[in-house]
Amino acid sequence: MSTAAATHDDHHDHHHAPTGLKRWLFSTNHKDIGTLYLWFSFAMFLSGGFLAMVIRAELLEPGMQFVDPEFFNQMTTVHGLVMVFGAVMPATVGLANWMIPLMIGAPDMALPRMNNWSFWILPFAFTILIGSVVMSAFGAGNPSAPNFGWTFYAPLSTKYGPASTDLFILSVHMMGISSIMGAINVVVTVFNMRAPGMTLMKMPLFVWTWLITAFLLIAVIPVLAGAVTMMLTDRHFGTSFFDAAGGGDPVLFQHVFWFFGHPEVYIMILPSFGIVSAIIPAFARKPLFGYASMVYATASIALLSFVVWAHHMFTVGMPLAGTLFFMYMTMLISVPTGVKVFNWVATMWRGSMTFELPMKWAIAFVVLFTCGGLSGLMLAITPVDFQYHDTYFVVAHFHYVLVTGAIFSIFAAAYYWLPKWSGIMPNKTLGELHFWNSLISANLLFFPMHFVGLAGMPRRYADYALQFADYNFWISIGGFWFGLSQLLFLAVTVLCAMKKGEKAPAKPWEGAEGLEWEVPSPAPFHTYDTPPVVK
Amino acid sequence: MSDEQLSVEQRNKRTLKKLLIWAVAMFGFAFLMVPFYNVICDVTGLNGKTSSTAATQAPETVVEDRTVTVEFITQKGDGISGEFTSETKRVKVHPGEITLVHFFASNPTSSDMITQSIPSVTPGEAARYLHKTQCFCFDQQTLLAGERKDMPMIFYLDPEIPSHINQFTLSYTIFDVTERVAGKNNSVAAN
Ligand code: HEM
Ligand SMILES: [Cu+2]
Repeated sequence: MSTAAATHDDHHDHHHAPTGLKRWLFSTNHKDIGTLYLWFSFAMFLSGGFLAMVIRAELLEPGMQFVDPEFFNQMTTVHGLVMVFGAVMPATVGLANWMIPLMIGAPDMALPRMNNWSFWILPFAFTILIGSVVMSAFGAGNPSAPNFGWTFYAPLSTKYGPASTDLFILSVHMMGISSIMGAINVVVTVFNMRAPGMTLMKMPLFVWTWLITAFLLIAVIPVLAGAVTMMLTDRHFGTSFFDAAGGGDPVLFQHVFWFFGHPEVYIMILPSFGIVSAIIPAFARKPLFGYASMVYATASIALLSFVVWAHHMFTVGMPLAGTLFFMYMTMLISVPTGVKVFNWVATMWRGSMTFELPMKWAIAFVVLFTCGGLSGLMLAITPVDFQYHDTYFVVAHFHYVLVTGAIFSIFAAAYYWLPKWSGIMPNKTLGELHFWNSLISANLLFFPMHFVGLAGMPRRYADYALQFADYNFWISIGGFWFGLSQLLFLAVTVLCAMKKGEKAPAKPWEGAEGLEWEVPSPAPFHTYDTPPVVK
Repeated sequence: MSDEQLSVEQRNKRTLKKLLIWAVAMFGFAFLMVPFYNVICDVTGLNGKTSSTAATQAPETVVEDRTVTVEFITQKGDGISGEFTSETKRVKVHPGEITLVHFFASNPTSSDMITQSIPSVTPGEAARYLHKTQCFCFDQQTLLAGERKDMPMIFYLDPEIPSHINQFTLSYTIFDVTERVAGKNNSVAAN
């Protein structure tokens, strides 16, 4: 009997930490799932980056070089889709999984099994999507991958879409289900699992911004699902939502898409606001300036993001009153955004600042994201947008907000929390090289895009007029340089994963605040089985 | 039961349920956007769609001291290999004046074809002031094999048309909907 009891105990101990492949496949642990999300998104970042390299190689010189225009279109399309849905969104979900329970003193996410599902759908969704590119490059007869741009406007994606469009629709449905489940999990966790004393207005800003992001996700991802469902029925079941011949309207597609699409861009940036609001106070050694105003600014950005969608479609021929409405609403969003930038700068003001790696990325974020916001404001001016729309100026705008914005902040988060995740300090030399190379190359890559855009170079073409040749050469050089620099980050993360490097203390950053620094580094498999005390 | 009496699991389930309902409702909302959009467009003429039914009232007055230029353009949609043109390319009219324009479509193929033409007005705000008493776009038009068909369109402009609209374009795109119609009939027959 006593042996039986002992083995049972043994079994019980191991029960929580299965090893090998099973640990990852069946995991319901928020830290494991967070890790899976982060590695997955990094893999997607590199894959999507590879597609961008093909784009930049083709555009290195005028004329047709490596790929035909049809394949070029597939590259821009899948690059955009992979980066938005595969790299940026899963990375922030990974951060949420790792950090939200640690930050609010919860033992795990509220719905751990659903958490497992929401991650494991993703690899399948992206295998389908990327599989169509592989087929297009190497398959018999080279069947086209999706080629209608990441915004998949009808009728390009309905009547004229290649056969792989149906695979694309399936994969978007799967990504959507994954995001909705992930978002629901965050809301339930934040509402019900906070440690006693962790009131809403004591939550770290990262938790706040993610909570609001989660609400945005639950509100608009179903609309995206609706849009692709309408596409599917238009393609195969005789409906005419977007088909003029049957009484539908292709412009309706743009309204439905951007009703999702604009909140979507805030889904990608709000978690970044939270990250930067954690890092800047830590390295300025001052509490965040204007905590409450940050919360309200985030909420008002989220609300306003529902009434600005038509700034993406000024040129479809809206009545004057409509364009004016959307122009003013768009400009209004820059007020709460400006409040945030002001607060970050005010937090740094007269702080005792040091410039460790996370802080370097965070400051680069503040400066370069603001650049992206400024070009956004230019685009918001309706008559001006008539010239800029669908040029490289728009490409410059959204790469400033997404690459030097969202992705830089994700790097900041990784350097900030890697010690907690792995117990190892990220390698400083490699990290510095990664930062400076990325910073300089990203600006070489994206800044001249403003100029060629203003001069009229359209986006999504495999070729360009000779006058744009010099700029495009340097843009491509910046592109290859930026792409290669990311391999340095791969080295940093692999070193941490292999536990090679300086051991990290529980709180590696002197000025850092928050519950996550009170657990040891690396964070044990189970934390907060008894809730922590919140002061 | 108040929230405090529930276990964490029960509260989680409850929140989960609410959020799921919300997600499903938003999926429905995507489809609601379709009738919404159509109503808004009908009321405001937002997307340049003209009324799909014939105007029954005659204009009250003719505003002799104003002229508005109306231009006609035609486009061939999928499956149309024949001709689709308007006899008149541009016409100056007084608001309230009844005008007739001839369009021609031909079917050079050896099988009959059912077509549907879709009108669109640019700038869109003019659409509301365009009243058609007769139009080939109101119904599907059958083009017999080898036929060249005269398709008249009769319109007048609302005397109330705002003074800043001096000119607008009415565009028609013609589509071959033979298969679509056949598909509908088949599915009806199958039922
Ligand atoms: C001050 C804030 C911002 C303003 C005023 C603004 C304004 C605009 C406008 C007017 C356009 C349409 C340009 C055109 O197609 O002609 C646009 C495009 C875009 N913006 Fe922003 N934006 C802002 C911030 C952001 C942020 C924070 C993100 C994402 C993190 C973002 C992502 C995008 C993307 C992805 C597009 C291009 C979509 C496409 O056509 O592929 N923007 N922005
Ligand atoms: Cu937008």
